[in-house]
Amino acid sequence: MIKVSGLTKDYGARRAIHNLNFDAQQGEIVGFLGPNGAGKTTTLRILTGYMPPTDGEAIVAGYDVVEESLEVRKRVGYLPETVPLYTDMVVFDYLKFMGELRKIPNVDDRVDEVLDMVGLLDRADGYIGNLSKGMRQRVGLAQALLHRPEVLILDEPTIGLDPGQVVEVRELIRAIGKERTVLLSTHLLNEAQNICDRVLIINQGRIVAEDTTENLQARLLGAERVILRVRGETDDLAKTILQVKGVQGVETKPDGAVEFEFSSGKDLRPEVARKVIGAGYDLLELRSLGMSLEEIFLELTGADKKK
Amino acid sequence: MIEKSCDKFRIVAASTHTRYLMRNIWTIAKREYDNYFNSPLAYVVAFAVLLPMGIYFALIMWISSQSAAMGGPAPESTPINWLFVFVMIFLSPALTMRLLSDEARMGTLELLLTAPIRDFELVTGKWLGAFMFILSLASVTLVFPIIMNNYVTPGLDLRALASSYLGLILVCSALLGLGVGISAIFTNQFAAFFTTLGLFFFLWFMVTLPAGYLQQGGDVLNYLSLSSHFSQSMNNGTINLGDIVYYISLTALGLFIGSTAIEIRRWR
Repeated sequence: MIKVSGLTKDYGARRAIHNLNFDAQQGEIVGFLGPNGAGKTTTLRILTGYMPPTDGEAIVAGYDVVEESLEVRKRVGYLPETVPLYTDMVVFDYLKFMGELRKIPNVDDRVDEVLDMVGLLDRADGYIGNLSKGMRQRVGLAQALLHRPEVLILDEPTIGLDPGQVVEVRELIRAIGKERTVLLSTHLLNEAQNICDRVLIINQGRIVAEDTTENLQARLLGAERVILRVRGETDDLAKTILQVKGVQGVETKPDGAVEFEFSSGKDLRPEVARKVIGAGYDLLELRSLGMSLEEIFLELTGADKKK
Repeated sequence: MIEKSCDKFRIVAASTHTRYLMRNIWTIAKREYDNYFNSPLAYVVAFAVLLPMGIYFALIMWISSQSAAMGGPAPESTPINWLFVFVMIFLSPALTMRLLSDEARMGTLELLLTAPIRDFELVTGKWLGAFMFILSLASVTLVFPIIMNNYVTPGLDLRALASSYLGLILVCSALLGLGVGISAIFTNQFAAFFTTLGLFFFLWFMVTLPAGYLQQGGDVLNYLSLSSHFSQSMNNGTINLGDIVYYISLTALGLFIGSTAIEIRRWR
């Protein structure tokens, strides 16, 4: 469905993406994970036919994005990062306009159907300008789904949504991804883990890792960092924790909390808890910190260098 | 036999293609036309055009009614059309300034450029939307000659009137074409407005100024003038192919500039 080879894009002297290679099959949800400025949006824009690459080739739904841009655009649904909406238009009219541009038969019925899918049927007659950010995001998503695209490209689809809506939108994407190809970008690790079958990690315009979500998770859980908090004095707390075998990198924070890590495989938290309570502390909190995206990049880029 | 059916298929395909082409342009134009009436701009422009025209009309009627008693000439309605065009020099930039610049600013251009429409269909659709608005406005001004016709025997010169309206429509087409083209270059609508206004001002008033001082080439400058093809030609009842070609070329040039600007935007 999507096949990208040697894709490169320069903005003037700055190279935004370097020689990207990846593909995505039908019925697959592929996540593009990376920090801001990594080249996610640029790549997605090339795939939607918005702009041509400097070098390389991209085939989407069987057509070349440069040579047969119109054919690609007919088959792609796209939700850009800044949701493009005419704020002075009524929701229904906006979607109808987009549907007419895409020459959808019985466009009125289809608009109602899509509005129902994104849960905005009751707002069909309202002005887009009066909608909340989350609702606007869903109007944008409705616009991308309107023509039943073979390939759905979503740039940060859950940004600005409240937690309940995030869950809904993710479910919707998963449902769509069963039959169609979905390529989405995100800078949230848990989002990628949550929705995607496969994740491409991109940093500074290069793909630094590509794997299924499970494998990636296993690779990332090289070490787990945990925060621990007790009531009262913490003088010997660090020493106490260090007595547990496997605990490393103990660090006392200025606010009295203690952070430590252990290599994954065996969760040492129960043992640490017993030890701390056994030493007479009142345990208040013992929580896994997970990894920030920055740490993951360090991890991944570091691991790649070792190869 | 097979070849024949192939030909037939090709013809069908070509006509479907043309229909789709028009449909895209029409979809864009229709939204833009409706959009004018959602904003106060349309009413402001209509007011600013129709008010001076109405006053001018009343003046002409009054003066001719005075002079008719002394055997003066019958009133003509074409000077009122000249006023329409003259006011449009200043107001049409307001109609075109945001057509594409605002799409770029709001990010909706990304939506249109990833929809299955060609860049020139987008630009032409925008132009057509503005053009339809001007046509609506121009059709309102028909009340002036209709009223005047009742007071003049044996009636107004309808052919001169038709020529004047043809000229008016062609000038507006060119103004809007250039305006849309310039709007595609800018992201800021006011930058588009002032550039367009400056260009129109130059083409209407200034391009002919050096013509009188030149030994050669004065004709070329006169040909470039926006006003001469209308004021001294179609608005006086003379239809020249050259004048029509001039305005259609300017429209096409504007749309070409617009499409190219959008294309360049993609490559950046």
